[in-house]
Amino acid sequence: MENILDLQHITKTFPGVKALDDVQFEMRSGEVHALLGENGAGKSTLIKIVSGVYKPDSGEIRLDGKPVSFENPREAQAHGIATIYQELSLYPELTVAENIFMGHAPRNAVGMIDWGMMRRRAEELLASLNIYDMSVTRKVGTMTVGNRQRVEIAKALSLNARILIMDEPTASLTEADVERLFSIVRLLRERGVGIIYISHRLQEVFELADRVTVLRDGRYVGTRQVGQTNEKELITMMVGRTISDMFPKLPSEVGKPVLEVRNLTCRPMVRDVNFRVCGGEIVGLAGLVGSGRSELAQVIFGFTPAEAGEVLLDGKTVQIRNPGQAMKLGIAYVPEDRGTQGLIRQMKVRENISLAILRWLVRGPFVDRRSEKSLAARTIDQLKIRAYSTEQIVNKLSGGNQQKVVVGKWLAAKPRVLIMDEPTRGIDVGAKAEIHRLMSELAQQGLGILMISSELPEILGMSDRVLVMREGTIVDEFTRAEATQEKIVAAMMSESVNNQPAQEIIREGESI
Amino acid sequence: MTATSEPVSPAAQPAVLSQITGWLHSMVSSQEAVLAISLIALTVSVSLYETLVLGREAPRFLAERNIADILQGNAYIAVAAIGVSMVIISGNIDISVGSLIGVLATISGLMAVNGFPIWLAWLTPLVIGGLVGAVIGFLVAYLRIPAIVVTLGMLSILQGGLIIMTGGAWIYDIPPEFQLAQQRPLGIPMPVIIMIVLTIGAALWMRYTAYGRAIYAVGGNAEAARLSGISPRATLMRVFIINGVFVGVAAVLFATQFTTIQSTVPPGLELFVITASVVGGVSILGGTGTVVGSTLAAVLLRAINSAMIFFNISPYWLRAVQGILILITVLADLLRRRRQLK
Repeated sequence: MENILDLQHITKTFPGVKALDDVQFEMRSGEVHALLGENGAGKSTLIKIVSGVYKPDSGEIRLDGKPVSFENPREAQAHGIATIYQELSLYPELTVAENIFMGHAPRNAVGMIDWGMMRRRAEELLASLNIYDMSVTRKVGTMTVGNRQRVEIAKALSLNARILIMDEPTASLTEADVERLFSIVRLLRERGVGIIYISHRLQEVFELADRVTVLRDGRYVGTRQVGQTNEKELITMMVGRTISDMFPKLPSEVGKPVLEVRNLTCRPMVRDVNFRVCGGEIVGLAGLVGSGRSELAQVIFGFTPAEAGEVLLDGKTVQIRNPGQAMKLGIAYVPEDRGTQGLIRQMKVRENISLAILRWLVRGPFVDRRSEKSLAARTIDQLKIRAYSTEQIVNKLSGGNQQKVVVGKWLAAKPRVLIMDEPTRGIDVGAKAEIHRLMSELAQQGLGILMISSELPEILGMSDRVLVMREGTIVDEFTRAEATQEKIVAAMMSESVNNQPAQEIIREGESI
Repeated sequence: MTATSEPVSPAAQPAVLSQITGWLHSMVSSQEAVLAISLIALTVSVSLYETLVLGREAPRFLAERNIADILQGNAYIAVAAIGVSMVIISGNIDISVGSLIGVLATISGLMAVNGFPIWLAWLTPLVIGGLVGAVIGFLVAYLRIPAIVVTLGMLSILQGGLIIMTGGAWIYDIPPEFQLAQQRPLGIPMPVIIMIVLTIGAALWMRYTAYGRAIYAVGGNAEAARLSGISPRATLMRVFIINGVFVGVAAVLFATQFTTIQSTVPPGLELFVITASVVGGVSILGGTGTVVGSTLAAVLLRAINSAMIFFNISPYWLRAVQGILILITVLADLLRRRRQLK
């Protein structure tokens, strides 16, 4: 059968990262083609190229066999490619009909919007999707996520979309909504629409897709007929990379539990979490983006206080309502995003390092400059931060050195428990190895470390124990000896559609 | 600010020379130095104009009276700008200062006229200023209403209140001992003393205390500050209360400079105060700037005003000159930042 969409040798580079490297993807009409891969495998970049958000550095895009090039999303839309992103892009204050025909509303003879025609056509479109229970004059902002998604699909069809890209469409749907979505997807397939379907739920892929293409680290791994493959093969395709550039954890003595968490809950992202971290131990926390890992860290650290549950330090229950209290109790949190959460960019290296413990450096009315400066100098020395002075503006350092400043800030507080959220994201290999070495040393000194990471080699290389989080709760646990990439990915992803999804939808009492 | 200087290889240049270039480099990269140099350059050029072109033997610009006027004339602006600079550094703005100065000056004057003890008439504006600051701070920090909206509302309330209070009448018959701004201990005008003492005090507090550092941290990156155990709410609360007290001091200086108190605020007073902050090098985006800069800028603005009289330029040009200065300062700041980011 003729391919309606054909991507060949697609390469896309961002500063410092090769997001896609010689990737191919093809699609026939009337096909649901799933796109699989870990976080950062290049799925999002690929669909953004198809939908005209990015231009590839090299490679070819063919539509119905003819080469095309999109300057912007509008051009892709004109060629019949529509995208439904995770964050829906509707106008909450406008009605269903207005949203569907945004930008291409039917006009009457004098060029005014023909409201009656718009409503009729909106109703026809919804009816063609077997949706009979939605009023086209209702404001979108008052509807459930599932219904908004249906409006998005109707909008795509109003533009005569022949290729529909759905990026994790079930991530925030209730079970009933998922079923309705599936029936709409099947309906569209029968009409010859090609659907690129991205999902982390393997079960959905087997239920819905005809073929599946797997990406890994920006490269094309392979395409399979869904009927001729199984979960195990797909997981192996997704993770089968060599673990060579990894720094192994040095052995250290595991002591008593320092941090213990019982039934910790902060809806909707953290639900009934239980685990503990011992002194001298590095516990890896794996999970997909959006599984609630960072949120869990922020609940423990008091950034978003817990609704229910207990946090114990050295076996004693503690109350943590804000980061200041967590810090005093000996918890430190190196956040995921250095830029927005870790550093004050305009400040000097010295000022950033002393920021968390500034109050402890006060002598009389003033901050003791000498001890502040010697703290900064010691930290630069200990963490091998490449700054030419304690007075250098932190913004001028490289990413790896900035990360070391953030770590240094927290080590200055002499914590017992260190929570590190993606400690080596976006830094070069050398700096990565240094951060890993430092983590090993800290564990040897008796610190308990909770390390959140999306990089499986890092999780496997550094962790004494691995926890896997999915949909706001911990679903599996492996010792260092047991843990393999396949097992962790299976725990991260495989899940039945029947499970309650992470984000609970507040029903606004509309008819379903 | 040495971070901006290019590393000079010691082999290429003698050590002394590279030290001097480094020093010069860091000088022009600090707004305070730029302002001080501008002040000196302005003084020199007006004096030269007077001696060479007008043929005066002793330049009147340098006369004690004129110097005193330059230092004293904007002292209350400078004092208010200290507080407003802190507010802007914390990532906020206060456009109600002008009206607050008017209200507090009127309260102070009415108290003096109606027989309250003089010390109470001086102290009350500080207390009420602090209370108004606390209200603004509460609305901004705890209810998270943008500061521009809160202070816009406060501006209207205060201006309305001022008219209700005075009915548009001026205040006369002020007891002479009330006139703080006209006192001259050791021959130095009181406003100058207050301006210098408060500027130095505030500068030390901002630079050397944990509270001061917290203001920069919250203005630079509130989320990172909060994750570092600093309470942005408490910090903002503190900043607005301090700002209110400084505005109170400014109001007393404003109220006591003449023998009468007008019932209306000079129009655009708040913008004048904000101008001093911005020209003084306080980044409108928050996170950087000093109160020394804003005081120097307030003095510079007065000196420019005075120089224009000597050059026989219509004072109506002053607003335009202020505007140009704002734009130049922001542009220079932008260029400086771009170079830093390289």
